[in-house]
Amino acid sequence: MQFALLVFESPEAFATRKNDTIDPYTGAWRAYYQAMVDAGVYVGGDPLEVPETGTTIRIKEGKRRVQDGPYADTKEQLGGFIILELPSLDQALDWAARCPAAAAGAVEVRPLAPESKRRITE
Amino acid sequence: MNGSGQEDTHRTIEQIARESYGRLVAYLSSHTRDVASAEDALSDALVAALRSWPRDGLPQNPEAWLLTTARRALIDVIRHQQVVLASEPTLLLLKENSAEATLSTEFPDERLKLLFVCAHPAIDPATHTPLMLQTVLGLDAARIAQSFLVSPTTMGQRLVRAKTKIRDGGIQFEIPQERDLPQRLDAVLEAIYAAFGIGWDDMVGIDQRGRDLAEEAIWLARVLLQLMPGEAEVRGLLALMLHCEARRASRRGPDGQYIPLSEQDPKQWSLPLIEEAESHLAEAFKHGRSGRFQLEAAIQSVHAERARSGRIEWQAIVRFYEQLTRISPTLGTRTGYAAAVAEANGPEAALVILDAIHLDVVSGYQPYWAVRAHLLQQLGRTLEALQAYDRATGLAEDPAVREFLLQKRG
Repeated sequence: MQFALLVFESPEAFATRKNDTIDPYTGAWRAYYQAMVDAGVYVGGDPLEVPETGTTIRIKEGKRRVQDGPYADTKEQLGGFIILELPSLDQALDWAARCPAAAAGAVEVRPLAPESKRRITE
Repeated sequence: MNGSGQEDTHRTIEQIARESYGRLVAYLSSHTRDVASAEDALSDALVAALRSWPRDGLPQNPEAWLLTTARRALIDVIRHQQVVLASEPTLLLLKENSAEATLSTEFPDERLKLLFVCAHPAIDPATHTPLMLQTVLGLDAARIAQSFLVSPTTMGQRLVRAKTKIRDGGIQFEIPQERDLPQRLDAVLEAIYAAFGIGWDDMVGIDQRGRDLAEEAIWLARVLLQLMPGEAEVRGLLALMLHCEARRASRRGPDGQYIPLSEQDPKQWSLPLIEEAESHLAEAFKHGRSGRFQLEAAIQSVHAERARSGRIEWQAIVRFYEQLTRISPTLGTRTGYAAAVAEANGPEAALVILDAIHLDVVSGYQPYWAVRAHLLQQLGRTLEALQAYDRATGLAEDPAVREFLLQKRG
């Protein structure tokens, strides 16, 4: 079963991306990534650029509405995602708790929906 | 009644609820085997108490009042369920006893039976601890879910499923026969220790939740000891938890940094808790029946000895671990054994112990990687040490532990 870990990060966490040296937060991420790969559960994932680089599009009454910035107006912002292959939600929650962002932001765990994908793609 | 008087009454109700919850649920459900209905009836009674006690004053015997009121609610519930055939005798039983209970609190303490029911082999072992926390201590599913890192809905469903199984699955409210007792008691002790372990791991210095759960576990062990004073392992478990509890505050430095046991300042340990642990352990050893929890407590006792002697007798710890690995060769025991051997006999001997553990079983077990990293670093196998530190760090949940490992990694 595959799960997405949606990683929500604080502004301070996003700020560490500019650091030249490896700070504790980044160090924890390197270790976390390595642990997932070594445990054979890591399927994929990527960090996203900082929230300010987002652009949000809506079509309202046939007109394009373009908004600078991310969709959600919250303090913590989506900073990346991880896909894991695991036997159950319990294990996914264990991995989410180990995510360095869980201590300073939040990690949402969602099962992927292969059934819904099949309805669209087949 | 004025505001503060009402507050007092609420606090009294809370206190009575806390102290009597398990006794009342156990007694009410021992007749019906229906734990869920007993809990519902008791919570109805508590709501009624909140309404009438502030108005009419505390009854002379609050526990008996709750029991009578809960019983009445329970009879209503059973009537509504209309499972006539099955419940007629139960109704009779409940009614028969109700007059006597109004007069005294002298109803039998059935908590021991309830503890054995909660840790029954027919119930999923993962549910033993949550079930105990709920039925004996009255914790709600949402709070239990927090501690067990599952969603509150899932935890609620698991508890409901377990209670249905108790009611419909023919699980008897009884103390197991002599023949089954050791194994069944083990399951009860395991469940209590699991609650403590969660409370222990959870503790990041500021987290009240973790501390609460550890205290609840110690309380459960005290209840169990009161009910089974002759069981050495019950005392062993209590001694083990008290030894750990004595050091709770010293696991963090002033800035919240993680401090491993061997570097803690013994002056910060709680002497009364250590003394209590020691007296339970001494009493347990008198029975002459060694067991897992007594051995684990003995290991902690050697660590506590440092407060007096200023040094750790690693050879003694290794000897206790050798016995422990024979009766309980868990991953935790083997890892702890390796760590002790490293201190007593050097890293090579310790690494042999870790290498004997199959890699598949340790892929998610953080302490194994932390010990392994430490050993490899001591042996100068730098590259492997770095990799092991990464895994230990990546598997840690506690930011303070992560920082500690990253620093050691260098």
